[in-house]
Amino acid sequence: METTELTVNGKSHRLEADSRVTLLDALRNHLGLTGTKKGCDHGQCGACTVIVEGRRINSCLTLACMHDGDAITTIEGLGEPGNLSDLQTAFVAHDGFQCGYCTPGQICSATAMIEEARAGWPSFVSDDLSGPAAPSDEEISERMSGNLCRCAAYPNIVNAIRQVAGGQS
Amino acid sequence: MTAHQKMDKADDRNRLDDMVQGLVGTPMDRPDGPLKVSGQATYAHEWDVPGMLYGVLVRATISKGRVTDVASDAIVGQNGVRAVITDDRLLRRPAQGGADEAPPQGSKQVDYFGQPIALVVAETFEQARHGAHVLAVSYESEGNAAFDPEAEDTDTDLPEDDQFEQGDLDRAMHDAAFTVDQVYRTPGHNSAAMEPHCAMASWDGDKLTLRGSYQMLNYNINELADALHIVPDNIRMLSPYVGGGFGSKLGISPEAVSAAIAAKEVGQPVCVALSRPQVFETTMRRSETRQHVRLACDADGVLTGIGHECLVSNLPGESFYEPVTQATHFLYGGKHRKLGIEVARINRTCGGSVRAPGEAVGMQVLENALDELAEAAGIDPVDLRKRNVPDRHPEQDIPYSSRRFTEALDEGAKIFEWDKRNRKPGSLREGEWLIGHGMAGAARVNILSEARARVTLHADGRALVETDMTDIGTGTYAILTQIACDMLGLPADRVETRLGDSDLPSGPGSGGSWGASSSGSAVFLACEEIRRAIAGKLEIDEAELRLGNGKAGSGQEARSIREILDGETLSAEGHIEPGQTLEEMQQATYGSYFAEVAVNAVTGETRVRRMLGVFGAGRILNEKTATSQCYGGMIWGIGSALTEELVFDNRDGHLVNHDLAEYHVPVNLDVPQIEVVLLEERDQWASPIQAKGIGELGICGAAAAVTNAIYNATGIRVRDYPATLDKLLAELPEA
Repeated sequence: METTELTVNGKSHRLEADSRVTLLDALRNHLGLTGTKKGCDHGQCGACTVIVEGRRINSCLTLACMHDGDAITTIEGLGEPGNLSDLQTAFVAHDGFQCGYCTPGQICSATAMIEEARAGWPSFVSDDLSGPAAPSDEEISERMSGNLCRCAAYPNIVNAIRQVAGGQS
Repeated sequence: MTAHQKMDKADDRNRLDDMVQGLVGTPMDRPDGPLKVSGQATYAHEWDVPGMLYGVLVRATISKGRVTDVASDAIVGQNGVRAVITDDRLLRRPAQGGADEAPPQGSKQVDYFGQPIALVVAETFEQARHGAHVLAVSYESEGNAAFDPEAEDTDTDLPEDDQFEQGDLDRAMHDAAFTVDQVYRTPGHNSAAMEPHCAMASWDGDKLTLRGSYQMLNYNINELADALHIVPDNIRMLSPYVGGGFGSKLGISPEAVSAAIAAKEVGQPVCVALSRPQVFETTMRRSETRQHVRLACDADGVLTGIGHECLVSNLPGESFYEPVTQATHFLYGGKHRKLGIEVARINRTCGGSVRAPGEAVGMQVLENALDELAEAAGIDPVDLRKRNVPDRHPEQDIPYSSRRFTEALDEGAKIFEWDKRNRKPGSLREGEWLIGHGMAGAARVNILSEARARVTLHADGRALVETDMTDIGTGTYAILTQIACDMLGLPADRVETRLGDSDLPSGPGSGGSWGASSSGSAVFLACEEIRRAIAGKLEIDEAELRLGNGKAGSGQEARSIREILDGETLSAEGHIEPGQTLEEMQQATYGSYFAEVAVNAVTGETRVRRMLGVFGAGRILNEKTATSQCYGGMIWGIGSALTEELVFDNRDGHLVNHDLAEYHVPVNLDVPQIEVVLLEERDQWASPIQAKGIGELGICGAAAAVTNAIYNATGIRVRDYPATLDKLLAELPEA
């Protein structure tokens, strides 16, 4: 058993768990935060995306015990019904989901992605490798391509993110 | 109170057009949206059940034979492992949609690679996973497994109901001005819903509560009861949120039965979730197909003959087969016809329903063949299709119900500016990209299914809609709420819809695109009954009753519903049944697709740059959710055209690409801003709400628009899907 201190959505947790427990399973099975989804457990689908120390990661690809002292934001920390974040509100308005299972991962991913673009991180489709990338549809699509949606709400996911990121269609 | 309607005759009252509230058809946000975007909707693996243990299924590593020994003793009692379940009631494969009884049971017999053969139950998920990994299993393999559906020594059979011959097709081909005679192949597909199958079982004495991810609780409860040898009354199933289904969760599957058996045996709740590879190996696959298409037409492009003869596959003994020719029977004319399906019996993962079984791959190929015929005849592909829209069903000689196929073709061509396209294949270039345009028709059979729903109008003027119907992302919560709002004259925040609980009135389940029109009709009928009760209290005729914004009346007078109810609660159950209109009219939904692709002249990579779908599916109940369904279908079409392919190793029958890294579903950057146009339509023969199904229409031919565009871009016909780079590279025009 490993003891790990995690700060999740501003609240500290002392996790006593098997060292094999992934961050994803720690959130879902140990802390009761089931908003983060398990779609593949292999880092292939992005449903488990959370924000660790400001960066989006696949929580299924990392062990909980590797995050002692880390600050983690999950979908539950971004907003709740009645007090949704701008992205959450935009996903509802644009129907950026259908079954909803990939949605928390999409929204956590988009939340961090907007900051990455603003901070000037280039992507595969960026023409200019220096300076902030304008949130074009192509930039949004490329940067969100690690988050699969089998319902294929992609056009509306882009619409929702564009609205919040201030991009042009 | 109960209200019943059997669709034995048309219902052209179009009542939903006259309601004051006016929510039906509007792009209302999903009521379940805030829960879903905040991670608070409870999917199968997300209920707080105290004392829950974890189960992990063990998969067979042979394709045919028997399990001779499972070394349970070596792991039980160690490292948290509580039990190894090898009960004879374990399922070998999932139930087919609508089976209503248990599928083949007893996991000692192995029919395919990856079949569940045991369940390891432990205190934690990690312990159960490790136990399943180290559990030693001995087999006696049978050497006569069949893996290749096209191999000469593979057994095949011909389902009697799917062999059709009319006239003399050989003669028609001989006499025709223009013909197409080609063989096409489509690979197997997996639904790959984002939520892996999961079940959480807990017993209270003889009563089982099963929380799971299932599409059709109305059948699933009977399938589960039959598998466990208990009565359905002792089971409650809960599936309020389903993380995608697409056919893969139609029938009860191994995780549910194994969780229930294990929970009983260990005396604690047990949760069993499939891993992603298990989803690929043990849930339904769409069969690969080989399709021989023959088309014959006269000098004017009018079809004289259609041949569509297909080879599909499934496990021995399975009655389901991919109904590839389903739309070919009714979409186009042509007097001489030969349509047939042959089923190869092979030891691969069970074949079953994957989004739009039949049309998804049948229309895809038929619409490729039409494109080839259009070119042979020198006729515009849109025009060719319009010339072949029959007046009556070409085989059954019955009329069509509402059909907006021609309008969809015309409207699509206009919006897409089809007439401006380059007509000479391989001749439009932008740098290293070859640009092409293609189109295809869409068609999908329409089905109404028996459904019940209860609507309760409480004394406080709030209403509750209840049915065991599911919402698998389709928008059921939204559309049932909208129908109740309009019929009872209430704003959306005063109507609540509860779904996915087997204790509620039995709905139609989500499948075959029938969910919205069937469950929507049941809610409509229940509301009509409540309207009659309100009209009775006001002593007016129900037809004169106007209900809006919580007020009721006729003419200028209106009183609040609360005042009229005066403390009383009104409750009614609506019950819809399919009837003669399904037999007497050919009912289907129609549409058109237009696509622009760019094919890289150096690498052979195809990018879809533009895609339009125009669809007619009866009354649209929610413009937003209906459009999303069409996006989904069309994007599945992009996947079918370009990347999706189950690859089996014919040496031992194992599925090579059993995860999302190797089975390539479209990602965000693969998809442009798709345009969807929904045509105004009321189908009076389809349902009392004049709606038809729309959940699957988006995929039924979509891939053909993409591959027809690839032909226009490159001059290359890909007849062996998907159109991956390797199939284009050798024949690409000089760079």
